[in-house]
Amino acid sequence: MDNQSVLVIEAGRAERHYWKDLWRYRELFYFLAWRDILVRYKQTVIGLAWALIRPFLTMVVFVVVFSKLAKLPSEGVPYPILVFAALLPWQFFSSAFSGAGDSLISNAGMISKVYFPRLVIPTSAVIVSFVDFLISGIILVGLMLWYGFAPDWRIVTLPLFIFITFAAAMGAGLWTAALNVKYRDFRYIIPFVVQFGLYVSPVGFSSAIVPEQWRLLYSINPMVGVIDGFRWAILGGNPQLYWPGFLLSLFLVLVMLVTGIVYFRKTEKTFADVI
Amino acid sequence: MSPVIAVENLSKKYIIGHQKRERYTALRDVLANGAKRFVNKLTHPFAAQENDPTHEEFWALKNISFDIQKGDRVGIIGRNGAGKSTLLKILSRITEPTTGKVKIKGRVASLLEVGTGFHPELTGRENIFLNGAILGMSKAEIKKTFDEIVAFAEVEKFLDTPVKRYSSGMYVRLAFAVAAHLEPEVLIVDEVLAVGDAQFQKKCLGKMEEAGKDGRTILFVSHNMGIISQLCSTCVWLDKGEIRDVGQTGSVINTYMLNGISELTGEMAFPDDSGKMVQLKKISLLDREGNVAQKFDCDNPINIKFDIQVRKQLPGLYGYLAIYKPDGTQVLESDSFDAATVNSLDNLPIGMNTFNVTVPPRTLGHGDYMIHFSMASPSADNFSVDVPGIVCGFSLDDFTSKRGNRRNGLFSTLLPWSKLES
Repeated sequence: MDNQSVLVIEAGRAERHYWKDLWRYRELFYFLAWRDILVRYKQTVIGLAWALIRPFLTMVVFVVVFSKLAKLPSEGVPYPILVFAALLPWQFFSSAFSGAGDSLISNAGMISKVYFPRLVIPTSAVIVSFVDFLISGIILVGLMLWYGFAPDWRIVTLPLFIFITFAAAMGAGLWTAALNVKYRDFRYIIPFVVQFGLYVSPVGFSSAIVPEQWRLLYSINPMVGVIDGFRWAILGGNPQLYWPGFLLSLFLVLVMLVTGIVYFRKTEKTFADVI
Repeated sequence: MSPVIAVENLSKKYIIGHQKRERYTALRDVLANGAKRFVNKLTHPFAAQENDPTHEEFWALKNISFDIQKGDRVGIIGRNGAGKSTLLKILSRITEPTTGKVKIKGRVASLLEVGTGFHPELTGRENIFLNGAILGMSKAEIKKTFDEIVAFAEVEKFLDTPVKRYSSGMYVRLAFAVAAHLEPEVLIVDEVLAVGDAQFQKKCLGKMEEAGKDGRTILFVSHNMGIISQLCSTCVWLDKGEIRDVGQTGSVINTYMLNGISELTGEMAFPDDSGKMVQLKKISLLDREGNVAQKFDCDNPINIKFDIQVRKQLPGLYGYLAIYKPDGTQVLESDSFDAATVNSLDNLPIGMNTFNVTVPPRTLGHGDYMIHFSMASPSADNFSVDVPGIVCGFSLDDFTSKRGNRRNGLFSTLLPWSKLES
């Protein structure tokens, strides 16, 4: 009896055992992600293959439009690989961002009836997108085999860039998830940002075609740094990392993540009252 | 020994909006209001901040304090809107109190709804794991109790069927079974036993009693005084956010019911609630002449008239009526499907429908009574459709029989004594 933990509930008190609780509920991350993945492909005929078909077709369209029609330079690597090295992080970011943004609303029933650290919900949404990311990574491997393209040592730095993408998606996702609870306007903002972002990020083309004097400004879009990093790590050889831009993007990602967590934590306790 | 749960001066304030109908704020309004306030400040810099007339403070709980000892089974009773659910939500950490403090020793599990987090596309097996994890069980714990859960829910054959194909009875059984196998020190339960068939309810009650004997502490909210008095040793009566009485279940229920009866009348009407697919609009107790009455005598029938507003046709809708004595003894129970072969509430057409239930003369003994009414349907979420609870009260006098009001017992039926020829 004496060694049992005493739980104190008080206004503003939740802070103290929050991170401990998050650890205690660690299995819930897995279960929620598992649920979303299971449900997504139930009653579909080709199931998981959808995770391969969508990015593959997008890649084909981009290659046709940007390489064959617009005749943009490929930096000495096969254009499909150039596109796919960027499409991977972009799809991860966009699906994680929109998934996390909508996650609280779509789990409203749970939020108003059961306690658990709410951070679990958007994080699980990001994990779901990460699984898709890993699956579509198979296509990249396939493309590399097809074109006989071998990456160099830089490939070992890839996990670092994956982590940055994760941080960017979490940061943006936490902001929108928390705001969405109170202001449903964000339901409309999310798809817009995702669509808009695809055009202003260097997915179908190399960011090297952006004139030198604009590159720092261009890097205000954090996904520019992320995508450049991916290309730098995967393509090896030619593409050079534009350091000032990359560091700016990295800095913005970190700011977004930290403020996202702080804002989410601040509004979290009222979720059940507002949702 | 120090208490398991210590609640000190707990209060919870909600801000309720008046004009706006939306539950959530639109960014547009926030920006517009912000701009308006800013302009106002510029133009009248010294004007006092005026109160927003569309918002009003509402104290769902006001300075609640009580202690609960280990192994207590505590019932929480009170009218709708008395603050019961808010109290449970604070204790289960879903929402924060505005002021005050609660100390709880040990692990808390709350069951405010049956089947929270169940996903219709997933199979029974998958949902057991998912639901268990949401309720705070670890994977190892779920694995350990998995067979027990399945046996308790009686769904062995359908484990690999998506729960969307379950009958509503199976769904409820499975959901309760998962929650019933949580092994927390403190279990918080909100009116979930109102669903499911009688046999299963009994099983659930048994499970909860067992948990109490194992030294677990249970907090239980219900409108059903019968279940409360059967299950709980202590009782807390909440009224308009404040504690009216705490103590032995029997005596608290007694004063609660007696208090209820003095406020109860022979007729009760309810304001429109468009959120309810089917709603009781008015219930009236009518005498032989068709006048609303509260005093009846044993030689005349009591006619109970219901006006039911139907906004959406519900298959399987049924009405439930119960008559209680002030001490919580249930003397009569009636479902709209049990007297006739046809359930007259099934698939009621949209619009206003009127029903009558007659309690025949010489049925109940003299004394005070109250009427509980609710409607349910297996096709509604969580079964319940409209639960007005205790709605009317009446008193019965026995004027004609020899013993009259001195007669003991629950019935006033006059039994003929006939001598048999030997």
